[in-house]
Amino acid sequence: MIPAPFDYLAPESVEEVLAALAESGDDAKVLAGGQSLLPVLRLRLNAPEKIIDIGRIPALREIHEDGEYLAIGAMATHDDVLHNALVTEHALLLHKTLVEVADPQIRHRGTVGGALVHADPAGDLGAAALALDAELVIAGPGGATRTVAAKDFFVDIFETAVQDGELLTQIRIPKHTGWRAHYEKFVRVAHQWAIVAVAATVRMDGGTISEARVALTNMGSTPVRAASVERALVGKPATDDGVREAATLAAEGTSPPSDLNGDAAYRKHLAGVLTRRAVLAAAGE
Amino acid sequence: MTATDERPAEQAHEIGTSRTRKEDQHLITGHSTWVDNMVLPGMVHLAILRSPMAHAKITSIDASGARKYPGVVAAFTGADFADTQGNLPCAWPVTPDMVNPGAPSLAVEQVNFAGDAVAVVAARTKAEAVDALESIEVEYDPLPPVLDLEAALADGSTLVHPNTTSNKCYTWVFDSADAGSGASMDDARRDAEVTVTRRFIQQRLSPSYMEPRSTLVQPVDQGVTIWSSTQIPHILRTMLALTLGIPEHKVRAIAPDVGGGFGGKITITPEEVITTLVARRLGKPAKYTETRSETLEAAHHGRAQIQDITITAKQDGTVTGLDVHLTADLGAYLRLITPGIPLLGAFMYPGIYKFPAYHLSCDGVFTTKVPTDAYRGAGRPEATFAIERIMDELAAELKMDPLALRRKNWIAHEEFPFTTVAGLTYDTGNYEAATDKAVELVGWEDLRAEQARRREAKDPVQLGLGVSTFTEMCGIAPSRVLGSLSFGSGGWENASIRMLPTGKVEVVTGISPHGQGHETGFSQIVADRLGIPFDDIEIIHGDTQSSPKGLDTYGSRSLSVGGIAVVKAVDKVIEKARRVAAHMLEASQDDLEFEAGSFSVKGAPGSSVSLPEIAFAVFVAHDLPDGMEPSLNSEATYDPVNFSFPHGTHLCATEVDTETGRVKILKYACVDDVGTPINPLLIDGQVHGGLAQGIAQALYEEAVYDDAGNLVTGTFVDYTLPAAPDLPNFLTDRTVTPSTDNPLGVKGVGEAGTIASTPAVVNAIVDALRPLGINNIQMPCTPERVWRAIQSSGANDQGSAAASTQEHFDSTEGDAQ
Ligand SMILES: Cc1cc2nc3c(=O)[nH]c(=O)nc-3n(C[C@H](O)[C@H](O)[C@H](O)COP(=O)(O)OP(=O)(O)OC[C@H]3O[C@@H](n4cnc5c(N)ncnc54)[C@H](O)[C@@H]3O)c2cc1C
Repeated sequence: MIPAPFDYLAPESVEEVLAALAESGDDAKVLAGGQSLLPVLRLRLNAPEKIIDIGRIPALREIHEDGEYLAIGAMATHDDVLHNALVTEHALLLHKTLVEVADPQIRHRGTVGGALVHADPAGDLGAAALALDAELVIAGPGGATRTVAAKDFFVDIFETAVQDGELLTQIRIPKHTGWRAHYEKFVRVAHQWAIVAVAATVRMDGGTISEARVALTNMGSTPVRAASVERALVGKPATDDGVREAATLAAEGTSPPSDLNGDAAYRKHLAGVLTRRAVLAAAGE
Repeated sequence: MTATDERPAEQAHEIGTSRTRKEDQHLITGHSTWVDNMVLPGMVHLAILRSPMAHAKITSIDASGARKYPGVVAAFTGADFADTQGNLPCAWPVTPDMVNPGAPSLAVEQVNFAGDAVAVVAARTKAEAVDALESIEVEYDPLPPVLDLEAALADGSTLVHPNTTSNKCYTWVFDSADAGSGASMDDARRDAEVTVTRRFIQQRLSPSYMEPRSTLVQPVDQGVTIWSSTQIPHILRTMLALTLGIPEHKVRAIAPDVGGGFGGKITITPEEVITTLVARRLGKPAKYTETRSETLEAAHHGRAQIQDITITAKQDGTVTGLDVHLTADLGAYLRLITPGIPLLGAFMYPGIYKFPAYHLSCDGVFTTKVPTDAYRGAGRPEATFAIERIMDELAAELKMDPLALRRKNWIAHEEFPFTTVAGLTYDTGNYEAATDKAVELVGWEDLRAEQARRREAKDPVQLGLGVSTFTEMCGIAPSRVLGSLSFGSGGWENASIRMLPTGKVEVVTGISPHGQGHETGFSQIVADRLGIPFDDIEIIHGDTQSSPKGLDTYGSRSLSVGGIAVVKAVDKVIEKARRVAAHMLEASQDDLEFEAGSFSVKGAPGSSVSLPEIAFAVFVAHDLPDGMEPSLNSEATYDPVNFSFPHGTHLCATEVDTETGRVKILKYACVDDVGTPINPLLIDGQVHGGLAQGIAQALYEEAVYDDAGNLVTGTFVDYTLPAAPDLPNFLTDRTVTPSTDNPLGVKGVGEAGTIASTPAVVNAIVDALRPLGINNIQMPCTPERVWRAIQSSGANDQGSAAASTQEHFDSTEGDAQ
């Protein structure tokens, strides 16, 4: 399909992007990797008058350490992040998650910022951001920035804290150095979006789990943190029996969708099984 | 299998060599000609407005807004072509009283499926045409959708078509007692020691060819040249002429490079007719290319049947009868061979077994869904699924090993030729050899041991083994047989050979390749037969001007029918050349032998003349035998004496994760017997692709409609087409039992993998879960369906669980709709 006509702009600084956004209000859309936006345009589900391409701003693509944080530019591609040694060292869960995102072609174009702002409940990165207590830096009109915690960032299906006229510029992740991690993604075919997935990262003390972070993909309109699982895991041995009971709490309080791939009850069941597997795999990595 | 292009310097055999494909050179270097890449001066681009409703009266339609849109040249609605568009052709009136309500290309008064074309815009660019669609105003008065096959047949159902009295299109019956090919099924039922009945659902599938359909039409004098992404340029020519009243000799149809078809391109499409109508009305070339979503919603689907099947047997496992009732979803209209698809399977339900009695009836039913028509295997995958699934069910009922049950009932190799209860005569086969080889290839005994181990250990990941010992009828087809089935065409194929002055050869064929590698295979056949180097041969096809006579490519016919026509034409060339050679060598024709491209006098070494020398002598024509026409060129039209019956044994081992319901194929091995292999590499290619599509039916694909009749699986996000990572490493091998019905000994291979594989996979899944009392899972066997089957089986509570599982799947049949 062919998108409806639009104007195209490719500014070279964040300031220019913000100015252009301010000028056009809700008629403009930011273009990052285009892996979600272009299908939307081509299927004519949306027809913005202006497309503002943020791919020509090198600063937005940087990945660096910032004290206790890892700072990832919103325009870093999935592939950039997947192969970044700092990420593997300090945010292993993000690395493990990205392995499961789409395929190499899409990972070379799609961006971490784009994926988070797109906020597809079946997208993989939200759960990792949530589990890692990421903070999202948002620049607004005039260049003012604010920082939003991941738990407040995801508002609803395809909706985040980023407002019209704003730009996500950076993802800040508190270092989880030494934490083990696994992302357990359940799909029917390899190139599919998650039916349900579980992001788990654990700090181990010998064979015992001393801290755990667990978040779920596609178990509601936003990624969901499985807090009761996390609490129940503390002090448990990383064995099938040790983890089994905690994992059964995974679906607590979730309201997953029903669709061609499974109804809500099936997804709730899956969440429990996959949580056990994710935690065991994480602990064993 | 390794590919090789290395041949010893002396004349080697081309046949049997795994040559890489000569057509790939242009296909993978960007020198291909897809219709959508073609541009003609003054060409307009078309976009089609489609009904968002499954079933509705069109109360008003106004395209004037679109006509004012920038770049738009014209916009038409059904009313504009009502008098000229005719009805899309259906060439297979399967019964004398079959109902054909008509199939306009552009809907005029009523739409009958979501996706039915209602208007078309022609613009300077494709983008403008697409934009302008939004300015067309249509008002619909909705009618209830007709979605459920059994409800559609019930009294008082909403009629899809107002000009009919029932949604039933036809009832077609085969009865072995009536046909004289076997005993009475009633008797078999009465005398049965064991009776097993199942209902299987063949879900709708979309033939997902890589290249979406595209058509370009150029008006020429009183006629047209049409380039189309089709498998059937010759049939397109004739049918377009008949449909639109254009004299046939004024229609030239061209299938340039075509990116796959799988049966999805063997129909005359509404889009081909609409593009032709617009081009002629405007007097300008017009091009239409569908989007992928349009492929899924408006191009025909395949399968879509309910199969009620009963098998009767003796306690010792000897089968005594097979009774099949099909309810076939034809969709909203009859396309080229829509009603006949179930018939292509009707003769194959008995499979490779010696059934004494057989009865089949089929109701064709109209629904408000996209029409169905051929999809790879067309009728035969459905038949093979039903028979191979029910054989496993019978084996379970009798507590017999499924392979032992098959061995007990199949036709032994020494019994060929064998006439089946369906009246077909299988020429050759060796089911024992293929099965023995497959058993070894897959490591059957080890897998059974592993299965037992996992059962014993109550492993959450269970193992199941599935069998499919299949045959199929392809190589369509003896014209007389087609005539007896009221098919609107013959089944012959045509070829001609043109000897060029320099000894090069042009082979003109009436088949229409679209990805199979026929140029390579045919070149190998001609190279061996004429003794001419492979590279000196050109295969010409796909243009009714250069290949004027043919019946195109489908039903695995290209080699076993088209290839034989080539052989017959080559033999005529050799006979003509023999006469010239005798003249040149001053010998008697009877004293000449032809080998490796040269004629020589028997017993007189040194005296020989090569075919290129003869070709040149004929070209200059200075000194030919008296009265001889100066030409070696020859033509042959070959009508096959029988169908082709490839067979094979496919074995599948699947893991079933009982915690999630996820199925993973652990091992897949198949031994196919396709007669004499021309090019093993091409055979493997066909088998691999076929397996992918057959496995996809078992596990992944389904075209799903919601309760309002909208297609839910309108993109590849929801229509889950598997890719390489989703499929196992295929273990393939062959046995070679040459056909005795053609001079090459070949059998068809294009559909074999698809036909054979689906039941092997489902049998394996059911085998894994049978201890839980599970005896069926509806396709595609999604994790959710498998998990639910396990849930409702009540874990290890055998017996009663079987009933509840079956009930569950019967009642949730429409679950995914
Ligand atoms: C075939 C396919 C398979 C895929 N599979 C997966 C998968 O398995 N898992 C998965 O998680 N994802 C998957 N994706 C999506 C992929 O990860 C996308 O890259 C991602 O969702 C969007 O990133 P993008 O950079 O392409 O954003 P774009 O498509 O360019 O933008 C997406 C949206 O975010 C907005 N936006 C982008 N960047 C910013 C910014 N910095 N500030 C404010 N707004 C912004 C845009 O305006 C737009 O609305 C798949 C995509 C495709 C095409």
